[in-house]
Amino acid sequence: MSEMHIDWAGLSPMIIVFAAAFVGLLFEAVVPKTKRLPVQVALAIAALAAAFIAVAANAGKSATAFSTGETDIGSVVLDGPGLFLQGTIAILALIAVLLLAEQRTTKGGDFVNEAAVVADSAADVAQRREPGATEIFPLALFAVGGMMMFVVSGDLLTMFVALEMLSLPLYLLCGLAKRRRLISQEAALKYFLLGAFASAFFVYGMAMLYGFAGTIDLNGINQAGISSGEPRILLYIGVGMLAVALLFKAAAVPFHMWTPDVYTGAPTPVTALMAGCVKVAAFGGLLRVFNVGLESSAWDWHMILTVIAIATMIGGAFFAVTQRNIKRLLAYSSIANAGYLLIGVIALGDAVGQTMFYLAAYGFTVIAAFAVVSLVRDGDNEATDLSRWAGLGKNSPGTAVIFTILMLALAGIPFTSGFTAKFGLFSAGVEAGEVGLVVVGVISSAILAFPYLRVVVLLWLNEPAPDAPTVNLPSPMAGTVVAAGVAATILLGVAPGFLLDIASQASTYMAN
Amino acid sequence: MNELPLLSALVAVPLIGAIIVASMRREQANAAKWTALGFAGAVALITVAVAAGFDYGADAEWLQLTETYTWIEAWDLNLSWGVDGIALLLVALTAGLTPIAMLAAWRDLDAVQRSVPTFFALVLALEAAMLATFLASNVLLFYFFFEAMLVPMYFLIGSYGSGPRRQYAAVKFFLYSLLGGLLMLVAVIGLWVNNGGVFDWQTLVASEPMEAGTLQNWLFLGFFVAFAIKAPFFPFHTWLPDAGGAAPAAIAALLVGVMDKIGTFAILRYCLPLFPDATRTFAPWVIGMSVIGVIYAALVAIGQTDLKRLVAYTSIAHFGFIGVGIFAFTSSSATGAILYMFNHGLATGLLFIVVGMLALRRGSSSIGDYGGAAKTLPLLAGVFLFAGLASLSLPGTAPFVSEFLVLLGTFSANEPVAVVATLGIILAAAYVLWMYQRTMQGTRNPALDEVPAMKRDLTIREKALVAPLVIAILGFGFYPQPLIDAVTPAVDNTLQFVQDEPAEVPAAGDANE
Repeated sequence: MSEMHIDWAGLSPMIIVFAAAFVGLLFEAVVPKTKRLPVQVALAIAALAAAFIAVAANAGKSATAFSTGETDIGSVVLDGPGLFLQGTIAILALIAVLLLAEQRTTKGGDFVNEAAVVADSAADVAQRREPGATEIFPLALFAVGGMMMFVVSGDLLTMFVALEMLSLPLYLLCGLAKRRRLISQEAALKYFLLGAFASAFFVYGMAMLYGFAGTIDLNGINQAGISSGEPRILLYIGVGMLAVALLFKAAAVPFHMWTPDVYTGAPTPVTALMAGCVKVAAFGGLLRVFNVGLESSAWDWHMILTVIAIATMIGGAFFAVTQRNIKRLLAYSSIANAGYLLIGVIALGDAVGQTMFYLAAYGFTVIAAFAVVSLVRDGDNEATDLSRWAGLGKNSPGTAVIFTILMLALAGIPFTSGFTAKFGLFSAGVEAGEVGLVVVGVISSAILAFPYLRVVVLLWLNEPAPDAPTVNLPSPMAGTVVAAGVAATILLGVAPGFLLDIASQASTYMAN
Repeated sequence: MNELPLLSALVAVPLIGAIIVASMRREQANAAKWTALGFAGAVALITVAVAAGFDYGADAEWLQLTETYTWIEAWDLNLSWGVDGIALLLVALTAGLTPIAMLAAWRDLDAVQRSVPTFFALVLALEAAMLATFLASNVLLFYFFFEAMLVPMYFLIGSYGSGPRRQYAAVKFFLYSLLGGLLMLVAVIGLWVNNGGVFDWQTLVASEPMEAGTLQNWLFLGFFVAFAIKAPFFPFHTWLPDAGGAAPAAIAALLVGVMDKIGTFAILRYCLPLFPDATRTFAPWVIGMSVIGVIYAALVAIGQTDLKRLVAYTSIAHFGFIGVGIFAFTSSSATGAILYMFNHGLATGLLFIVVGMLALRRGSSSIGDYGGAAKTLPLLAGVFLFAGLASLSLPGTAPFVSEFLVLLGTFSANEPVAVVATLGIILAAAYVLWMYQRTMQGTRNPALDEVPAMKRDLTIREKALVAPLVIAILGFGFYPQPLIDAVTPAVDNTLQFVQDEPAEVPAAGDANE
């Protein structure tokens, strides 16, 4: 009997993040309330930065974290795509945490102190002046740790644990908005109920696949796709249910219903975290499941995933056209982008690197966009209704320029990361023979350009209302987020070479 | 002299100028104007240097003064520049027309509360992007600028345009072009995947041509539709009257005079050499569309009540001629089409600028608001008539030469087309002369006397900016040979891809089943 070998260095990024989350909980108990915020922020930033460095130190690895003697135990697989996405999540989360920490926009921050207080009661009104809860930082760290685990899970059970790990804190975070608390609570409940439903699908699908393959290991399932003698219907049902759960998190049509409501109701920094990081994690999971676990049965799921991709691209773009609320608009745009990313999933193999590049590029842009949204204020509330944004270019040209760049990036205009990412993804799609999907993708992009353009028209070509919203001069926190997001958007648009190289080098999954 | 990176400078100088001007404050309007004009002048000087360094001989390289700098290796995307005779003409047109348009817009912004530095920065950015599309010798590089130029033009129309429909026009322009561009993107990717990852134009042209067939046809259509929207050819033209009508006159001159030529230029540069078989397959259709465009747009132009929209429709008719000239595949028709692109830029640019001067004085570009205006504005009316006559290709003006060459070349290849297209000339006479009559001649509109500005004839600035265009139109009308000499080698190089091969060799075993 040989001893279990554990790759501690490989696990270190996740250990750091989870440990920091626990330490954060401890701080909640021992650090006096007035000092908690700086301590928690510093801890979260340090943990995520350390996690990123730890991921970078693991670069080039292609091994399982656990092994006994000669046999690998595939529960945690540290390979190129897993590490690349872990790094992406760490960096994006680092930016998003700064946004969580923003205090300047509303006094005491965007988060409520006691979520249990009845919304809009006297006590609730009274606590609006108090600083928000600082538990959000450990909660966010738990979620981020879950995401980092999700993208390196080598078997379905680990993946499920990671899925819950990343979801539960997010449900909670969604309900913690200080303003518009009823909408926020509705969002949390909706997200929780549907998310729990999706989790049940995951477990059921896992059971079916176990029945088919006799294992929950992704490589094993792939082998079984060729050699298993069990009824193939088990595979179909299992893949279908697993896909439902994963596509729910990725916000693909028709599993997208929660997205606009949750994106709108959640505190904007949490929305940024979801749109940036959760998207990366969800597609990390999808890429791994379909590339590693279900590659051999590609013919069985190709058709249905194609239909979903088309529905997502067209549906997201069409619904975005009619939106009158900036957060809902960005939510539908994130749905359409999920459709483009599905092209990368369907294309398999060679498209992995381009899909990962797209995820990184999109993450930076969307986090910066939500950061700007959190800065445009009507008094104490965010001015999310688009009509309130009219003429922003007159009153706050700097903010308007930045938001215009972000919108043009989302529309995929050259010299922004939106173009390079789309070009890479679409060319990978064409190379894989998915020309039809790519054509739908560009048509959807053209439709989606209209709502983006309408925002630009509002910003620049309309006259501001007399009581137009103010832009809070960015505090160092939100300012850094916006600056980092815009800098990445332009940098990846003008000089994407270095990240493309890294992504393509990191695009092979560990073969077994 | 060839060691100097002249072509890079042509793109970089206006771009740097745009950044400098954009960073100026609103109050520094005058400094911004002069700085912008300075940069545009520098571009014109560099263009002179390029023209001087260009080898006009028949045996010269197709693309000259080439430069290449690596950008994104993984995609074979390099900053590769190169210029042939056709591009040289259009670069000269761009470099010449931009400072004139700037001068024409000099006072446009005095009355409105808009940032002057931003306007001039956008014009410089537009110039850089337009020059880059003419100079790019890499398909993806071309695409970058082809798409990116929408952004400055969008803001110039939407933010600085006139009329209640300017936002609508700007959005329509942007979305129309973007849709064409995105479909082209699929074709660009398809081309890239099919040829094993090459985007360098010279490599593509030198290598074995693509196999004829469905794929080549689709790729051709992907490119062609984008260019046809840009040009615009009938029936992809509906954005132009709106955009041309809403844009400030000087910008409309750049839009129609230069930017639209990118469409026809790109057809010559990309469609013909890269997809020769598909080009031949679709040529009858394109010629048919072009002829319909000539007649249809001319008829619609006659019915217009707004000067700017009228001029925009005349351009659509002229682009029909260019389309016929290119797709007739004869040396003289193609030469004529290219000269047409250049001369049309001069004539329509002048026409738009004069209309802009009128509209600024009257505060309206509606024909009904004029009538007998020549009485108080004799000189302006004269230039207006001259521009109109040039635009209807009166002999002695430069457009006549090009139109004649197009019809001559087409006649030898396809008589009926040439005959129908000739009808377009008659219609052109109708819309130009009737437009002049309704605005300048006849009973004087009493409302004009209440507008004091209508009594102010051309100022010195205005004289200075129309003079070069008038001189060029007359000069190239009487002596077009330098232009013809400049483009002939490039035309021959381009047409060799699509002209009938000498005695087609039947491929062995290729039975027609």
